[in-house]
Amino acid sequence: MTKSCVKIIFLITLLSFLIWPPSGLAKRDRVVISDPSLQKIPIAIPLFKVQPHLMDVSMKTSDFCSETLDFTGYFKLLDRGSFLAAPREIDITGSTINFKNWTAVGAELMITGSVQVNNDLIEMELRLFDTFKGQMLVGKKYKGWITDHQRMIRRFCSEVIYYLTGSQGIFDSKIAFVSNGSGNKEIYICDFDGQNTKRFTHNNAITLFPAWSSNGKWLAYTSYKKGKPDIYIRHLKENRGFVINRKGINSTPEWVPGKFSLAATLSYEGDQEIYLLTGKGKKIKKLTNKWGIDTSPAWSPDGRKMAFVSNRSGTPQIHVKHIGSGSVERLTFQGRYNTQPSWSPKGDKIAYSARGKSGRYNICTIGFDGGGPTRLTRTGDNESPSWSPDGSMIAFSSTRQGASRIYVMTAYGTDQRRLLALRGEQTNPKWSPGGVD
Amino acid sequence: MREKLCMILAVVLVIPGLMFTASCAKKEIRPESAMYQDKPRTRQSASSMTTTSEKDRLAREQALIDESARQEKFRREEEGRLAGVSERTGADTRISQRAFMSEDVYFSYDSAALSSNAQDALRRKAEWMQNHPNVSVIIEGHCDERGTNAYNMALGDRRAESAKAFLVNLGIPRSRMTTISYGEESPAVPSHNESAWARNRRAHFVTE
Repeated sequence: MTKSCVKIIFLITLLSFLIWPPSGLAKRDRVVISDPSLQKIPIAIPLFKVQPHLMDVSMKTSDFCSETLDFTGYFKLLDRGSFLAAPREIDITGSTINFKNWTAVGAELMITGSVQVNNDLIEMELRLFDTFKGQMLVGKKYKGWITDHQRMIRRFCSEVIYYLTGSQGIFDSKIAFVSNGSGNKEIYICDFDGQNTKRFTHNNAITLFPAWSSNGKWLAYTSYKKGKPDIYIRHLKENRGFVINRKGINSTPEWVPGKFSLAATLSYEGDQEIYLLTGKGKKIKKLTNKWGIDTSPAWSPDGRKMAFVSNRSGTPQIHVKHIGSGSVERLTFQGRYNTQPSWSPKGDKIAYSARGKSGRYNICTIGFDGGGPTRLTRTGDNESPSWSPDGSMIAFSSTRQGASRIYVMTAYGTDQRRLLALRGEQTNPKWSPGGVD
Repeated sequence: MREKLCMILAVVLVIPGLMFTASCAKKEIRPESAMYQDKPRTRQSASSMTTTSEKDRLAREQALIDESARQEKFRREEEGRLAGVSERTGADTRISQRAFMSEDVYFSYDSAALSSNAQDALRRKAEWMQNHPNVSVIIEGHCDERGTNAYNMALGDRRAESAKAFLVNLGIPRSRMTTISYGEESPAVPSHNESAWARNRRAHFVTE
């Protein structure tokens, strides 16, 4: 069976089995993910119901659902050992659930599931309940190939997050990063949660700075494939692309939101400046024009402003250029080394890597108006922040456990954890836009 | 007899040498190197603020340094010639080529400015390149591992360009030099300490 066939079946079943729209129900108060004092919501996810001989499937699917939701940092997963009701007794449709049994163990939300396996096909019913109101909030039924069971669960989790936060979440996003596990730095791509790592480049040369186009179809990066730092622009699915190989450096590409054009640092005129280029690498115009280093462009979500690093004031600092008026203002004033800006998809904040007095590097966020620089990391050297597409999380690299690895945390610096366990060192994570498969 | 020959040679060679350096000294553009200090604000001010007497003083100092280097070179060449080692010229060229490649030009932290040591090293490079007019070089700009790799990519480029510009000012044609920044990606010393960092902040020369 081809992959597209699988997809069609999957989508058809999705469409035809969309069940119980929750619109008639009074909505639970939205989780305000911009609230830094966010309390984690206690959620119970009892083992999914399965045919008696498939207990391992039950374990695998319900655990995967727990891990996926846990990743967001919004939930407190309740220990299954404390549950008062045995999984076999739970009515997954909710009509006879004694919700008091669940509020008693502290659950505010609960997910029930059932899984049917027939040869290579799998069918899943998943529901989210508000245990206090005794109401179902989200209910979905999925049918497809058994190999797609993780996609089904992620799809359901996306619905849960969308219901609770009003934003699409991150479960259909990916993270590109650099790893030197093969002996050279090359670009790899994994799912948002670090699963399914695949090598993307085979240049046998230093390869750095991956950047996703906002439709998720193109990846630009810098590589020494031809002996010097050139920018390669590659389609992720089709075997085609473009090269920017001017004299000097061609580095730190960054796509303009919603457009097939990008900003990048070039030095062919003898000075490191940021240029606006078409997706094919043709120069549109120069975006900075100041003697000294100008590098690391980062676009605001509306594409009207560009943060970048400049040493025009003597030390590397984040500046913001207003594309319409052409005016430039300095954003960071604390410390003597602030680089690698990344603009939150919500537009309100910029994350960056700052050298502190101790000489260590930490991830900080700052309002785009310069308000309240906040340090989010504490140990090791922490670099290359990159926001998740919904702005709820930040991926970054850290040496806190020795070698450089990729970590993630919430936008407020909570729930910091390692994303991957791979050979070699990993750097330069870049979170994709949503809807990449 | 030998002493006399030496004296005559020294006089014959040194006097035109002195004239040459003196005429060069005016071209010796100190503010040009200040241009490559990492503080861009000083770029315009550097040339205007350096007083004429300051320039003269620097030029004089420069001429003296150049002169002593030149005399040393002539002395060595003479010794070689008199010792009858001219047959080994091929080997000497190879040795000097290796020496040329192995001597790196070092920079201080987060800076592409050329210190006096760096300038001396570059003068030796210039001299070697004058003597080997058919050789083209690649100047690699490198950084230590501290700082972020995106910024270091630009800083390495600046260091290589800074070395190149200095050599252009010493009369080496641009066409003989290509720069490549390696940022922090290719350290000479893999350790994580001050002395390793100092040796990794460098411009490295490779002959093409």
